Amino acid sequence: MRIERRLRQPRWLVVAVPAGSLVFALFVSGLVLLATGHNALSSYRQIVDAAFLNSGAIGQTLTQATPLAFTGLAAAAAFRMRLFNIGAEGQLFMGAITADATALYLGGHGWPTALVIFAMVVAGCAGGAAWALIPGALRAFFKTNEIITSLMLNYVAAYVLTYLVFNTESYWRQTKGFNASVFPTSKEIPAVAFWPSWHIFPLGSGIAVLAALVLWFLFTRTRFGFEAQVLGDSPRAARYAGIRTRRKILAVMALSGSVAGLGGASQVGDFSHLLDADPNGLQKQYYGYTGIVVAALARYNPLAVVVVAFLIGALQNAGNTLQGADFPSGLVGVMQGIILFSALGGELLVRNRVRIGRTMPATEAA
Amino acid sequence: MNNSLLVVLLASGVAYGTPLLYGALGELLAERSGVLNLGVEGMMLVGAVMGFWTVQRLHAATALSLAAAVGVAALAGMAMAAVHAFLVITLRASQIVSGLALTIFAGAAGLSSYLGNDLNLADNPARHSFNAVFPASVQRWPVVGPIVFGQNVLVYASWACVVGVALYLSRTRLGLNVRAVGEAPASADAMGINVTAYRYAHTLAGGAFAGVAGATFTLAITPQWVSGITGGAGWIAIALVIFAFWRPGLCLVGAYFFGALQALSPQLQARNIHLGPTELWANSLPYVMTVLVLVFVSASGARRRLGAPASLGLPYVREER
Repeated sequence: MRIERRLRQPRWLVVAVPAGSLVFALFVSGLVLLATGHNALSSYRQIVDAAFLNSGAIGQTLTQATPLAFTGLAAAAAFRMRLFNIGAEGQLFMGAITADATALYLGGHGWPTALVIFAMVVAGCAGGAAWALIPGALRAFFKTNEIITSLMLNYVAAYVLTYLVFNTESYWRQTKGFNASVFPTSKEIPAVAFWPSWHIFPLGSGIAVLAALVLWFLFTRTRFGFEAQVLGDSPRAARYAGIRTRRKILAVMALSGSVAGLGGASQVGDFSHLLDADPNGLQKQYYGYTGIVVAALARYNPLAVVVVAFLIGALQNAGNTLQGADFPSGLVGVMQGIILFSALGGELLVRNRVRIGRTMPATEAA
Repeated sequence: MNNSLLVVLLASGVAYGTPLLYGALGELLAERSGVLNLGVEGMMLVGAVMGFWTVQRLHAATALSLAAAVGVAALAGMAMAAVHAFLVITLRASQIVSGLALTIFAGAAGLSSYLGNDLNLADNPARHSFNAVFPASVQRWPVVGPIVFGQNVLVYASWACVVGVALYLSRTRLGLNVRAVGEAPASADAMGINVTAYRYAHTLAGGAFAGVAGATFTLAITPQWVSGITGGAGWIAIALVIFAFWRPGLCLVGAYFFGALQALSPQLQARNIHLGPTELWANSLPYVMTVLVLVFVSASGARRRLGAPASLGLPYVREER
């Protein structure tokens, strides 16, 4: 068997390989289920029911898909430039914190809904971008590995989130009422700051689609995107071409972080309506890490991220709903990991041609 | 005197630092052969859960079941590393993305958590755990008592591993070959060294070390299974390899430093010490310090001079050399 580089990548393979990865991953996950003594087929039927068919299932799938679209876009934006921002988790927390504070303050001061929502969006972006700029600036100015720094900051962000609600009487914490004296929780945002939904579509899902379109345009149709691509493919070529590396790293990190922060704002405005610091709540959803799976499966294409986020969101929703004896939690993570492995292995087929047996006898003889 | 904060921090720093040390030694072996494995956290967690499972289900004498548990943990870590090795060495996938995939697959929301739930491992303390080796009278010696003689077998074994890995890399022919494969795989290949075999072997060895690191958590530090018990230790181990300039001896120093930082928060809580937002800064300290030390190391000079293997992270394709 030999592996040769393809000169041209056929278009159909770009769709077929991720789809094939998904099928292959379902097959391997089925083996995992069988090996641990479960009935794979009935598990899969349960997943489909819980994700799409049961009443209200699609709505819950959208609830999971919306944050995944944001974190997936955040990862795709940075990974396109080979800037491995794996801090979407922490950036989402930070966006939630800033958007929540904005909603509490402006909503409490009687601002109209549209303005409050707009301010929450801006605040969420700013919070996420600021958190992402820490590893971004360290990478740009000191060449510090952004993978480890952005990941370490996820843990710090989680501690900040927990601290604000559990360990201090902060602006975010509910201090009045009976429940608050039994178990620490955060204040609910005023109703004027609730994000509206259209049928089953939360406002956040619309914003995510909009963000995907903007990112797609930015990366495929503008000079900014072209320069980012060059910088990712060949930093040396980028330097010779006079592309300002530092500025680009900072801009892309800020962009990536702000999209993740937007996901945090959407969590507060669309779904929880408070700052969810419960150790078994938002922090156990791992939206930031799952976003990496979404982005990789979408091959870092922002438009594909939306579609993949819906599929992975369905899986995540099924996992949350079914959690129990015959559907152990962690199974969804296993399936996501296998999907990602298959997509990575499949990449080989997109980039290379695998020939079996002796080939090109003419050149070999010569 | 042995109850002073400093001595207790150093003693528990050695205990908490041991998984970091095992993880870092394993990652160091893989990286010296040119394979970056960002899946340490995931491999650790699978090692942790499988080691714990062995102790709970194997009905044997304490020493035997603990030895078996460490063996199973090493094998589990190795199995995880094999997936990464196949993807990046044989299929030439991106080492960064594959490592991340391994952490997602095996990590806190993945296989380790699945196994923990499916095998019903939570909520029970370990049936056997590693305890201090030396008698209590020796442990009461001032300062060195708790720090040096108050530790378990895994700690002392890790010291042997540091010496072993250091000698292996610097004093043996195999170790020289590993370094050649990591620095210049094309030259190594021309010399007749099997690049693929060396990379597979050392990635797998890295997985075995990570598995043992995980078992250190569930069998020695907190003898129980909690999903995500490692709490980012795998990532700190990866950072440690960079701080240590890819040298085993420095890994030991770094591991105990970060171990002491991790021990700080529980100690402050136990002593009821409050300094400002204590819960926030004491818990965040190991992670923030990792970032700061990494910045310091990366800002202080060229990467090559600090000892990073020249072909780290790059696949080796014979046809394209």
